[in-house]
Amino acid sequence: MSSEQDGKPGKGNRGLVARLTLASVAMFGFGFALVPLYDVFCEVTGISSSSTTRAAAEPVALEVDYDRKVTVEFVATTNQRDIWRFTPEETRMRVHPGKLYTTHYLATNLDERDRMGHAVPDVSPAGATRYVQKVECFCFEEQLFAGEESQRMPVLFYVDPELPRNIGTVTLNYSFFAQDVVGEK
Amino acid sequence: MSTATDTHHDEHHGPAKGMRRWLFTTNHKDIGTLYLWFSLIMFFVGGAMAMVIRAELIQPGMNLVDPMFYNQMVTMHALIMIFGAVMPAFVGLANWMIPMMVGAPDMALPRMNNWSFWILPIGFTLLLMTFFVPGGAPAAGWTIYPPLSLQTGDAFPLLVFGIHVLGISSIMGAINIIVTIMNMRAPGMGLLKMPIFVWGWLITAYLLIAVMPVLAGAVTMLLTDKYFGTAFFDAAGGGDPVLFQHIFWFFGHPEVYIMILPAFGIISEIIPTFARKKLFGYSAMVYAIAAIAFLSFIVWAHHMFTVGMPVAGLLFFMFTTMLIAVPTGVKIFNWVATMWRGAMTFETPMLYALAFLFLFTIGGFSGLMLAIVPADFQYHDSYFVVAHFHYVLVPGAVFAIMAAVYYWLPKWTGYMYSEFWGKTHFWLSTISINVTFFPQHFLGLAGMPRRIPDYAVQFTDFNFISSIGAFVFGLSQLIFVYVIIHCIRGGVGRATDRVWEGSHGLEWTVPSPAPYHTFETAPEVK
Repeated sequence: MSSEQDGKPGKGNRGLVARLTLASVAMFGFGFALVPLYDVFCEVTGISSSSTTRAAAEPVALEVDYDRKVTVEFVATTNQRDIWRFTPEETRMRVHPGKLYTTHYLATNLDERDRMGHAVPDVSPAGATRYVQKVECFCFEEQLFAGEESQRMPVLFYVDPELPRNIGTVTLNYSFFAQDVVGEK
Repeated sequence: MSTATDTHHDEHHGPAKGMRRWLFTTNHKDIGTLYLWFSLIMFFVGGAMAMVIRAELIQPGMNLVDPMFYNQMVTMHALIMIFGAVMPAFVGLANWMIPMMVGAPDMALPRMNNWSFWILPIGFTLLLMTFFVPGGAPAAGWTIYPPLSLQTGDAFPLLVFGIHVLGISSIMGAINIIVTIMNMRAPGMGLLKMPIFVWGWLITAYLLIAVMPVLAGAVTMLLTDKYFGTAFFDAAGGGDPVLFQHIFWFFGHPEVYIMILPAFGIISEIIPTFARKKLFGYSAMVYAIAAIAFLSFIVWAHHMFTVGMPVAGLLFFMFTTMLIAVPTGVKIFNWVATMWRGAMTFETPMLYALAFLFLFTIGGFSGLMLAIVPADFQYHDSYFVVAHFHYVLVPGAVFAIMAAVYYWLPKWTGYMYSEFWGKTHFWLSTISINVTFFPQHFLGLAGMPRRIPDYAVQFTDFNFISSIGAFVFGLSQLIFVYVIIHCIRGGVGRATDRVWEGSHGLEWTVPSPAPYHTFETAPEVK
């Protein structure tokens, strides 16, 4: 803007600069406006928004079936008998479907070193798997055993009242594995 | 000239001497030069980080650097190359060329121009200083997704303010460019008579104004989430981390085009010159740029297909993304049609333009593959994506910048560069860039994830090839520096005013080197 053209475009410049500056400030605001806008957009169009896809955890009230009794057998397996002693506290229970029960498994680390143990459950017959519900189970996480330590490990479970009538006995088996020797590679 | 000029500067007889010239300059050519040197330096800083990445990946296992440092390299490489190398290079070219191309004496807002350059080094000081703070540099990727990015250490506020400063610099540059183009064209130069490079930049500048503030907003939200107890992106406080990705890519996708539209402009200048024909379909080219710019605003979620979107959303973003291939195809075909039956010669700028045409198109095709939702579910976050965006950014944007430098260097310096070394640089770069990035397509398809410092052994061979290519590419850029310095110091002889036989446009009517002040009386455009 050094020559005789200076005067006229100068004025036009100011207006355009003002408008462009305003536009950038407005876009800065628009960035923040996007926060509510996304929710509004999804609600209006009905496509999933974070609020509609979020499943609420609902308590499930179970009817206890006192007219029926099912036998639950508990089995413990380990292929590493030199390392683990692993047994159920009770080998069988008679339970009412829909009622919550607690039982325990006993495990001992026969080794002198600290070990991580991990139990893998399975249910037979296979068709009953989805009806044996473990609310709390030592198999949900790994267990740390100090050298030669024993632990009594709980299982909270119930049998779903929907369990087919033809199944009278279910077997819950745990296989216990050593993960690593702690502190060594 | 003499009586009216001393209103705001008194160096109208030539530049001031020493450092003051560069610190206080309001001359568009000086500022353009500053931008270009700055981006060249940043190209090497970011390139050094790329070398660290490729050295770590040359064989499986932890070889060279700590994984945390590797993540910092990945993050900073991207930030520096995008905001420090590619964008400032285009702004530098705009500063140098736009006033000369539209017949204006300077940029419309010369003092703001000085400011918008000089805050750039400040922004990068903030960004680079993060290497020396507790917790190290940002390491959550350049996309800074929360919640991971919120675990950044003391570097976090520096990163946010750095991005703010770079954003302000870009916005000021963009405003300046728009005002210059709108208000300072020579009499007779209607909008549809402007060179395509000017058109590309005009639209880019509007994109910058539309999206840089949105990025500033997004990082501000991150900042308040981390330090001031807000919960924009914190699920525990009722926010949503996916929201950040939406806001970020609302900026991010137009940003991708900010880095390629000026390149389209450059290629549209160079191909007609060396094909010695007029650009085929000028107005189609302009409308194609405008269409691409518009579409860039409605495709953002294709960067995040895997976050769990409704099918309607997936389909919408898939189809709009594929639609971009139409205007882009128009451009590619028009460039090819420009060359059709032209009297072509293959000087270095033309070689780069041709390589751009081929290799950018490869990047475009892999982009189309990524646009296909079910395919993207496999490709997402794999090396296929890395290969894709490097194909559009390196042999795309960076090659266009190099083409522009070779094309206009004689006009800037007054000397011809060495064609032998230019071509050597070209062939080494072009071969090595393909050796670097082509195998990454295969790695990605085979399942190698991006942003991980180690990989399964079956990926070893392709990674080895890729690393060798990267080292050759990195070293080849030293030739580029040599050619530039050699040219400034006299090159292989004086350049004529036209420089190229087939050149056209106002910038070739001024002497070489372009005098400090050009077009103080506006030229008449017929």
